[in-house]
Amino acid sequence: MIEVKNISKSFDGKTILHSVSAQFKDGLTNLIIGQSGSGKTVLMKSLVGLHTPDQGEILYDGRDLLKMNNSQKKELRKEIGMLFQGSALFDSETVLGNVMFPLKMFSDMSYEEQLERAHFCIKRVNLVGADDKYPSEISGGMQKRVAIARAIALNPKYLFCDEPNSGLDPKTSILIDELLVDITHEYGITTVINTHDMNSVLGIGENIVFLNKGHLAWTGNKDQVYDSDNETLNDFVFANDLFKKVKKYVNLTNDK
Amino acid sequence: MLKKSLESFGRYCIFMWKCMSVPDKWREFFRRYVQELLRLGIDSIPLVLIVSVFIGAVCTIQMKLNITSPLLPKYAIGMTTREIILLEFSSSILCLILAGKVGSSIASEIGTMRVTEQIDALEIMGVNSANFLVFPKIAAFVSYIPVLVVFCMVTSLFGGYLICIVTGMVSVDVYIYGLQTMFTPWYVWYAIIKSLIFAFIISSVSSFFGYYVEGGALQVGTASTRAVVTSSILILLMDVVCTKVMLQ
Repeated sequence: MIEVKNISKSFDGKTILHSVSAQFKDGLTNLIIGQSGSGKTVLMKSLVGLHTPDQGEILYDGRDLLKMNNSQKKELRKEIGMLFQGSALFDSETVLGNVMFPLKMFSDMSYEEQLERAHFCIKRVNLVGADDKYPSEISGGMQKRVAIARAIALNPKYLFCDEPNSGLDPKTSILIDELLVDITHEYGITTVINTHDMNSVLGIGENIVFLNKGHLAWTGNKDQVYDSDNETLNDFVFANDLFKKVKKYVNLTNDK
Repeated sequence: MLKKSLESFGRYCIFMWKCMSVPDKWREFFRRYVQELLRLGIDSIPLVLIVSVFIGAVCTIQMKLNITSPLLPKYAIGMTTREIILLEFSSSILCLILAGKVGSSIASEIGTMRVTEQIDALEIMGVNSANFLVFPKIAAFVSYIPVLVVFCMVTSLFGGYLICIVTGMVSVDVYIYGLQTMFTPWYVWYAIIKSLIFAFIISSVSSFFGYYVEGGALQVGTASTRAVVTSSILILLMDVVCTKVMLQ
């Protein structure tokens, strides 16, 4: 489990995160949601150590990231996989090269074992046959899947995904969401997903952390979203007519 | 202005400290080293060849046109061409040209990796990104530059030789005699030593500008331009220092 306690972060005197505390649970898809500028990305980058919070604690199964020395951080990072918004695949490497990269850098496996593991991960994300293609030769959805395969190559305990659905069509978004849920449950990973895609929120949000203007505004799961009387959350999640109708329908069904 | 320059220099020193640590995996380092050797070094040979042959030819023509005193022997044309090539062209001018090609290539490559979060991806994996990306580039370019310098010397003098054959403005025998007259081997070493310093400047400064890019494609372009300009100025500055220290 990842726990953040009273995290605050400012840039040039402007406070982005105001004493945020939250828990991200094992084996669940944990979502960080909120409007643009609400501090989602800053929170996620703080969680993975790309930003250093001004105060607070970030506990990875009790280990405080902010009190770790460099070698401890390096060890922890081997347990972390991350999927970036733009996939962040290495342009100079093929699909296979990208997936094998963490294995080459951090595992003691032989070349054959690395190859076997990489092929397993590529198969797991349904990309068989794309081994020799370069990132520029595949679609955005395929790039995301390669990034997921690379992120899970070292069997991470924690998986972070920054806007995994951005730039994808609805069908591919759902495929990516399903893949993330399956992987999370299959390997018992603590998955933290940063999103403002409402399909994801209502589809895969097993633990949701809602940020509003840098403050923690609500926590719960996808089912509790429908019952919530938090106005800011309702305004955000059910902003469009379709979702308003969905909420009405779900509430009616629940009442019956 | 001064404060900003000092801050940049401080960041550059910290960046270099990060770059020059022991690689996580030597095997991966050597793989990247060979790749960079091909990209930065061997791929520069055609450019060096074209520039050198033409400049060598032009130098010879200029010497012929400007050495008009009857007191000076004809072999002075070959001799002065050789001195220009060895002392300045094959190291300083060549490195200024390479700062444009290699420097902009390094800065834009690393800058693009920064803005597309590839560097963040490396950092999150626990890879020392500066060391992983930059050290092989510096090592490859610095170790290959002597080859380019010697190649430049040979092809430039060959350019002069060709122009003698084509135009007949100087006899080939006199030109070759001039090349051999009062030859100082130290000048070759001087050019190589200077070029090692310049190669370090080009690769490290360009990497620095690329590594700290913030923004998007526009900023990558700006960083690339700044990398070339700064490298060129530093090369000229170090050229003065090296000439003073090594030739006096």
